[in-house]
Amino acid sequence: MTRAKVFHFLQTYAVLILIAALMIALSLMSDSFLTGRNLLNILNQNAPLAIMASAMTLVIIVGGFDLSVGAIFAMGSVASAWLAVNVDPYLGLLLAPFVGLALGFANGLAITTLRVHSFLATIATALIFKGIAVALSDGRLISVRLDEFTWLGRGRFLGVFNSVWLMVAFALILTFLLTRTTFGRRVFSVGGNEEAAILSGIRTNRIKIAAFAIAGFAAGLASIITTSRVAVGQATAGDGLELQAIAAVILGGTSIYGGQGAVWRSLAGVFLLALVNNGFNILSIDPFFRDLTMGLIILAAVGLSAVGQRR
Amino acid sequence: MSAAPLLSVRGIGVRFGDVDVLSGIDLDIRPGEVHGLIGENGAGKSSLGKVLGGYYRASSGEISVEGRPQNRWDTPAALDAGVAIMHQELQLVPALTVAQNVFLGLEEHRHGILRGTEAARLEVLMGQSGLRLDPHATAASLTIAEQQKIEILRALARQARVIVMDEPTAALSKSEIVQLHRIMRALRDEGRSVIYVTHFLNDVLDVADRITVLRNGKKVRTGDTANETRETLVSAMLGSTKTDTLYPPKSRDHGEVVLSVQDLTSPNGTAVQRLEIRAGEVVGFAGLMGAGRSEIARAIIGADPASGEVAVSGRVLMDRSIAAATEAGIVMVPEDRRGQGLVISSPVRANISLPHLGAISARGIMANARERALALGLIDQLDIRPAMVDGDVSNYSGGNQQKVLLGKWLAGNPKVLILDEPSRGVDVGARETIHREIGRLASEGVAILVISSEIDEVLGLATRVFLVDRGRLVDEIDPDEVGEAEVLAALFHHQSVGETAA
Repeated sequence: MTRAKVFHFLQTYAVLILIAALMIALSLMSDSFLTGRNLLNILNQNAPLAIMASAMTLVIIVGGFDLSVGAIFAMGSVASAWLAVNVDPYLGLLLAPFVGLALGFANGLAITTLRVHSFLATIATALIFKGIAVALSDGRLISVRLDEFTWLGRGRFLGVFNSVWLMVAFALILTFLLTRTTFGRRVFSVGGNEEAAILSGIRTNRIKIAAFAIAGFAAGLASIITTSRVAVGQATAGDGLELQAIAAVILGGTSIYGGQGAVWRSLAGVFLLALVNNGFNILSIDPFFRDLTMGLIILAAVGLSAVGQRR
Repeated sequence: MSAAPLLSVRGIGVRFGDVDVLSGIDLDIRPGEVHGLIGENGAGKSSLGKVLGGYYRASSGEISVEGRPQNRWDTPAALDAGVAIMHQELQLVPALTVAQNVFLGLEEHRHGILRGTEAARLEVLMGQSGLRLDPHATAASLTIAEQQKIEILRALARQARVIVMDEPTAALSKSEIVQLHRIMRALRDEGRSVIYVTHFLNDVLDVADRITVLRNGKKVRTGDTANETRETLVSAMLGSTKTDTLYPPKSRDHGEVVLSVQDLTSPNGTAVQRLEIRAGEVVGFAGLMGAGRSEIARAIIGADPASGEVAVSGRVLMDRSIAAATEAGIVMVPEDRRGQGLVISSPVRANISLPHLGAISARGIMANARERALALGLIDQLDIRPAMVDGDVSNYSGGNQQKVLLGKWLAGNPKVLILDEPSRGVDVGARETIHREIGRLASEGVAILVISSEIDEVLGLATRVFLVDRGRLVDEIDPDEVGEAEVLAALFHHQSVGETAA
């Protein structure tokens, strides 16, 4: 192994190495860390973020950014709670992901027809979506104390939270989509070299719209898990989630320049952030250091991936 | 020779990862010489130029300036020692003026406040060197040849005694090349040295005093230009005695009309009244830079909006999208390999299959075995190296990348193949493979259109050649009757006639 190879290996699997190191450290420092209960709780708490980060992976591979998924999450939260209270709880759970899909589709249309960078377009649409969510909920909490609504976020199947099952299923479907289908191939090519993709007869706008629609759907799906768990729909739900999702994707090692990446990486990124959080809770360290540490970890991850981009 | 070397290197080696790009290079640059650095693509000529200019760090070996060994050799150190490098991609600030670019980092100031003396200083510098530019023009508004003059002036402003020029003529017209050579000679006559990295043999033979030939990262020899010819250089580059690239025999046995284009016009200037290519026929487009050759090709395949009629084997294309053209069997290998052709972040397999995903999938799910078989067949057919279906194209040499790109478009068994600059920036070996493949495809009945800035290539491959000017086919010539010089003269003639008419 030459030094370059070692470095390349470290760069490729940095996130997994960090996870392993952190798990060993936390197990040594606290008895309550390495328990099935604690680990399952971590997964349960982070399932919504993991679902959003999985879909964000597609958006970033296709060469975009979606800063509106937090706002779509808010729309999903308000829409599902409102429908649950006023129409039917099951309909609320069922429809919110499709509300997300529609909003994501609108994002894609805005980006491709106006030809603006997704970064700008989704800042604008985030404000619009958030505004609609505030207007719909009248700025208040919509409380839904119905078992027909809360089963999704609180219940378990075969001893494991429903949210974890949903997360695993969603990540597997996206992985399949990305690695085994022609759609996935097109996603990589659009992000890797859009001009080459166009000249290969690919309708690149459709691919971009689809990626943003999937990200919207994921935000809607994530929102029903959280909303049904806390039994409250509100327009401030999901604030900052878009940045956490993007941070997790980058932390996992997906290239911010597009064209390269994988869903498992984003899951690992979410898990790494969650472990840091969990560690601070278990060891009850001042939360100030938590943000500081997270920031340093993300900076290190971005720096590490940038080293490979040079030359 | 009595003159001591201005810049000399001993045992220079450069490693990128596991690959030795250069090894054991000894080289002396004398004061007042134009020193040509040539070799196939991937031979290391550009890397050596970059090491000399301080842009790449050598992994081994030593560099000395006027006999003094240098322990630190990066761009600032090289500039201090009087060695400047002019990159192939020019390093200018487009929004700044000529004068501001020339004196970038050397501005006269008082406590950080600019004194605005750049234009006046540039006048002095231009007077000394004889290079003339408008000091107040912004760099972005100038042609590449003029921008190169800025780079040369910039080197002179830094008292450079050695200027490394990395492939400076790649984007220049013939007359601009002549002018650049004149500048090089003038620099030499002042006692400065120019290291001229290029893959155009005629250019080095024209201007260089001595030529160093590299092969596979090693130096073959350094010799006086007077003792070299095209043939000796090519054989040194290739390692075996071999004359210049031979073109494949031309197929004269043409079948039915396969591609037929009528009244094709596009907003970016294409106006082709009629173009027909028969099965097995190779048609060429020759034209000057910016003559609109690529635009015609793009209009034909539907990459740019265009009106008019395009038919394949008598069937008129109704849907003018690229996907429909590919489906109908018309494909184009684009000119810009990295910009328009390959997805550098994807492996060889994925690049080759990209336009054919529909054919190697069932209900949207990829058939991986079929994809690998497809890629493997083309790797074999085109002798792509390294021969790995999962190979990382970003690490491939220019020639092998070009073969991957060609393979990508051959994978669908096209009826009409348009090649835009099929051998731009590739080594002699890859060029031969590509030409042989063009000949073979023609003999199998594919209708081929070759577009190339190298007139020699168009004449060598095609049986009919059109001269292109401003998006129009202005003349048709028989490549067996007309020579390169005559074609060039005709192109300049059409260009000037067109200009006065316009």
